[in-house]
Amino acid sequence: MIEIKNVSKWYGSFQVLTDCTTQVSKSEVVVVCGPSGSGKSTLIKCVNGLEPFQKGSVVVDGIAVEAPKTNLPKLRARVGMVFQNFELFPHMTITDNLVIAQIKVLGRSREEAEDKGLKLLDRVGLKSQAAKFPGQLSGGQQQRVAIARALAMDPICMLFDEPTSALDPEMINEVLDVMVQLAHEGMTMMCVTHEMGFARKVAHRVIFMDRGAIVEDAAKEEFFGQPRSERAQSFLAKILQH
Amino acid sequence: MDYHWNWMFFFQETDDGLKYYDWMLSGLGWTTAVSLASLVVALLLGSVLGVMRTTPNRWLVGIGDTYVDVFRNVPLIVQLFMWFFVVPELVPETIGNWMKQDLPYIVTAVVGLGLYTAARIAEQVKAGINSLSRGQRFAGLALGFTEWQTYRYVRLPMAYRIVLPALTSEAMNIFKNSAVTYAVGILELYFQYKQIIEKTSQVLEITIVVTSLYFLLAFVMNRILAIVESRTRVPGLIVGSKGGK
Repeated sequence: MIEIKNVSKWYGSFQVLTDCTTQVSKSEVVVVCGPSGSGKSTLIKCVNGLEPFQKGSVVVDGIAVEAPKTNLPKLRARVGMVFQNFELFPHMTITDNLVIAQIKVLGRSREEAEDKGLKLLDRVGLKSQAAKFPGQLSGGQQQRVAIARALAMDPICMLFDEPTSALDPEMINEVLDVMVQLAHEGMTMMCVTHEMGFARKVAHRVIFMDRGAIVEDAAKEEFFGQPRSERAQSFLAKILQH
Repeated sequence: MDYHWNWMFFFQETDDGLKYYDWMLSGLGWTTAVSLASLVVALLLGSVLGVMRTTPNRWLVGIGDTYVDVFRNVPLIVQLFMWFFVVPELVPETIGNWMKQDLPYIVTAVVGLGLYTAARIAEQVKAGINSLSRGQRFAGLALGFTEWQTYRYVRLPMAYRIVLPALTSEAMNIFKNSAVTYAVGILELYFQYKQIIEKTSQVLEITIVVTSLYFLLAFVMNRILAIVESRTRVPGLIVGSKGGK
């Protein structure tokens, strides 16, 4: 579904990604972790072309993201993405947030889009919030709406870029619950996250990144049981202490 | 003080058979027309330029930056003289003659005032767009929006809300700046003010009235935009002091 091949990226002379190669198969859940500044967020943004890269290739559902002829908006419309800071559109009601891209990008009718959007809103447990504005919701609620907004586009896969990092601790679980449910339904997911509990529960593979490179790319059991690299071992030791 | 107050002169007849208050009202009409038309030009062009300056395209940014540099750094009155007296000489003769003979003065004045104010509005629109988080653009793009659609549906609606206080100042300024167009022959309020002083010497009365009229115009514009501001306020969102200049 997602193939990342030898991707390298530079900001000027500073290399942020070094020869990254991995893939995510259909219905696979892959968790990407690593210390801050390791390039996780940059890598996941390369998948739908939000961040350009200078070398290598990213192929999503057979389409090369970096090819100049690729219709990026069309491709992105099929790849759902959830951001650290939710990024709901603050001037629109929750309903409008859910329907705008369905109408303007997919060409759905308002009724069809609302039907779809409100069903998903119900699914993330927020049906009663439809008429509110994002600023009136808690962080956890906003992030659940953001997931519903991405799902409303009927994505072939979902990208999560630290979806719980900006949340108060008591709101993390309500977001993770939605993600776990998605994983159980067979959604193809690539998740940048530090939530190792989530990784243990639903991930098939775990990727560990450090200084722009993929240091470890292993099945979940192997990663948590006995990471090969020293850096992954010390990272795990640090974040699993508590 | 031995000033001879005479408020009734407004109802005296002038040389052309009208009354002095007719002159005032006519001036008020022209001031309003020039100002509102210029404001429309400035908002449209200023928005386009402001957006251009936030795109990833170097050429668009360069054109927008150059425009703002030129039009913000030359005095308004010089710009008006350029449109009236210099530009007609620089364009092909037939067009130049048409500009000098047939083009209504008000069109040239509106172009001058509108293009000048557009540079200022471009600066504000740019500041508004840049004050939004980068993630808003990403979120729009990730949903399949084109770059333009992220402006249309995501970035501009918020940017305008943020810079509305600054745009309000601009809209009020344009009424005040429109007084400069008297210098290129627009028979607006300031022109009538000067003319009536020359004819009647009732300086205090006429100054009080004209000052009040300018105040009223700017004040009404301020109130209208205050209503727009409260109508477009986003529930749960604090924008407040982000407005800038």
